Amino acid sequence: MVLEETKIMNDETVDLTPLDEVLEAFRDERGAIIPILQRTQEIYGYVPAEAIQHISKHTGNSVAQLYGVATFYSQFYLERRGRHIVSICDGTACHVKGAPRLVTTLEEQLGIKAGETTPDYRVTVEVVYCLGSCALAPMAVIDGQVVGRLVPDKVSKLVRELE
Amino acid sequence: MSEPIYRANVLVCTGTGCDSSGAGSVIDALRGEVERRELQGEVRVIETGCRGFCAMGPIVIVYPEGLFYCQVQTTDVEELVEETLVKGRILQRLVFEVPHSQQAVPFYDEIPFYEKQQRITLRNCGVIDPESIDEYIARGGYEALGKVLSEMSSEDVIEEVKASGLRGRGGAGFLTGLKWEFTARAPGDVKYVVCNADEGDPGAFMDRSILEGDPHSVIEGMAICGYSVGSSEGYVYCRAEYPLAIKRLRLAIEQAEEYGLLGDDIFGSGFGFHLKIKEGAGAFVCGEETALIASIEGKRGEPRPRPPFPAVSGLWGKPTNNNNVKSYANVPQIIRNGAEWFAAIGTPRSPGTAIFALTGKVENTGLIEVPMGITLREIIYDIGGGIPDGKEFKAVQTGGPLGGCLPASGLDLQVDFDSLRQAGAVMGSGGMIVVDEETCMVEFSKYFLTFASAESCGKCVPCRVGGRRMLEILTRITEGEGTPEDIDQIKEIAKGMDSDSLCALGQLTPGPIMSALRYFEDEFHAHINEDRCPAKQCVNMISYYVSPETCVGCGMCKRECPVQVIDGERRMIHIINQDGCIKCNTCFEVCPFDAIVKLSGGEIEVPEEPIPVGSFGK
Ligand SMILES: Cc1cc2nc3c(=O)[nH]c(=O)nc-3n(C[C@H](O)[C@H](O)[C@H](O)COP(=O)(O)O)c2cc1C
Ligand code: FES
Repeated sequence: MVLEETKIMNDETVDLTPLDEVLEAFRDERGAIIPILQRTQEIYGYVPAEAIQHISKHTGNSVAQLYGVATFYSQFYLERRGRHIVSICDGTACHVKGAPRLVTTLEEQLGIKAGETTPDYRVTVEVVYCLGSCALAPMAVIDGQVVGRLVPDKVSKLVRELE
Repeated sequence: MSEPIYRANVLVCTGTGCDSSGAGSVIDALRGEVERRELQGEVRVIETGCRGFCAMGPIVIVYPEGLFYCQVQTTDVEELVEETLVKGRILQRLVFEVPHSQQAVPFYDEIPFYEKQQRITLRNCGVIDPESIDEYIARGGYEALGKVLSEMSSEDVIEEVKASGLRGRGGAGFLTGLKWEFTARAPGDVKYVVCNADEGDPGAFMDRSILEGDPHSVIEGMAICGYSVGSSEGYVYCRAEYPLAIKRLRLAIEQAEEYGLLGDDIFGSGFGFHLKIKEGAGAFVCGEETALIASIEGKRGEPRPRPPFPAVSGLWGKPTNNNNVKSYANVPQIIRNGAEWFAAIGTPRSPGTAIFALTGKVENTGLIEVPMGITLREIIYDIGGGIPDGKEFKAVQTGGPLGGCLPASGLDLQVDFDSLRQAGAVMGSGGMIVVDEETCMVEFSKYFLTFASAESCGKCVPCRVGGRRMLEILTRITEGEGTPEDIDQIKEIAKGMDSDSLCALGQLTPGPIMSALRYFEDEFHAHINEDRCPAKQCVNMISYYVSPETCVGCGMCKRECPVQVIDGERRMIHIINQDGCIKCNTCFEVCPFDAIVKLSGGEIEVPEEPIPVGSFGK
């Protein structure tokens, strides 16, 4: 069941029309690869291979060059991500206050490693570094919401509740 | 000037810390309550940038009295408005209490956390509405730019900045005026001004607070720099993880353009300056200036050898001046108040102030600004309020993943660029993390090394391979597989990385380990030779036992154990099955009777199987 769903999602063709607007907006800007990729990711949630091909065609940058940039920066995702994004801060303050245990808890609970997405695309867990909320350490951001002063139990419960 | 005069101003901090503890809904509630009581003509609710005292957020300050309320929640709002804004009384329960002494301090300027601070770079943060250029101007903003454009030659400006002794706040502490002079003297008609707002140190957020709380100070500083080096175009390179900073900066740029403070022909002087924002995309190495420049150009952010320095050949091959956010933010005040004023603050060789994100195991965490020359002890104990829960201070780490740590014997050291470097720590970009007896220094060094080696761009071998090898060794040591030769190996790799890496990332990556080895070498030996982690953190070297003398058989540990390896019925002494224990620490935390013993090296005597409470050893 889960597998089938995955397949269907993966077969989904990527609609490239919204990308044309982005390409148009950055037409005359020098060194615009990064912002173009950022806008691309805003549209699709990740940077699909089709989009890279399309960008290459329109900007004249080679596909290799685009992949070079996209893989260099940790912000870019080349694969589809989960419906929910859980970012655990492992910045220094959060680290000394127990962030690693939050990460292992979620890894065990979901059966994935940090940086990965559950096969049903429910949750992506990622590790980030200092979000400026050190006073609330250890903290995480779940779907854009900051949750602070976490313990393994609490984060595990919050993630379980994500539909 | 048709703004009504308000009887009271209620300032709510919307810095990251306060925001994540709920400042947004507090503001909505305050506005709602003020309107409900029809006070909107007399009372104004203002959103400000970071006040620094993040641990106590959300923070609300009521002026003119300067009443300081902390940890305000929406449920407090009705009473706050009723008591303070209607009846003019202090709402005691929201007043700050000094840890340990429990003394209540209702007024902002009397709180010990602020007493030893000197807010210069952050003077507007938390005081003005960052989205209003008028408030910045009302506090003397853009006066310096006006003065520069109307009264000073570009050489005058450079001389003034040089005379102030301002050193770059991006980490290395290079003289800002001198750098400007290099760029000014470099041949070329097109030049650029770049602001480094990449802030990669994983425990620092001061650049972000400035951009969020006082963006115009950075814009003004950059425009002044542009005038003095002969550049009409600037870029702020800001990490994408800071959306609010980017939004406020963008707004500030628009406002400045509207007011004619950015754009062509500013103040009719003939000098024009345009500012753009470039968002980073998540790469620590992009904080390094040549990598940053490559990234602005849309390339992979890999550093290149210097010279040529950016001052000669930077962005698009043109002379480029790059400074940190704080360096620029200091400039308008230097121009306005004079170089002597600035030079008199701090120490002769490190004038001005230092900003730290004070975090970790201290009572008062937050963002602090102190005069250079203050001691670490004053920061940690007077401002930070000491170590919580009666624990022992162990070390303080500054400079983040490329920095170093200092032990208790370093507490009386003066904080400035040179003394910290001599002692093996660095000023860095401002993270200051205090750790107590519960932090394992081997694991702590491994943490920084993991970060730095993952962020190596891979271009040069010493950094790419050296970091990896060193990490493998440290991992081995923390897993109990270390060998006595490991320490020499680490030292040798460190030497190679330091001398042969292309950029400071590789050169400084060994910093945290080398300082840990310098001050805590015995902890490394305990791991290697005795299979013992003195801080009881490295899971392969610790074990948990239920103390048969203390256990009352309540069953709490058994219920909470996630892997169910604890045996025992009620009123029986519980037993932890050592083979299945995953050392998650849960039992240790939940036991209401402190009956769980954590050991590293050694074991205690326990019954073979659960026996009735009180019968052990009888
Ligand atoms: C790996 C690495 C990361 C850096 N990160 C930053 C940073 O986040 N912010 C910053 O201002 N400087 C950073 N620097 C220092 C810059 O290269 C540069 O020295 C600094 O921006 C100069 O500004 P200043 O003269 O105002 O200090 C970093 C250097 C290295 C090697
Ligand atoms: S270290 Fe996690 S928010 Fe700063």
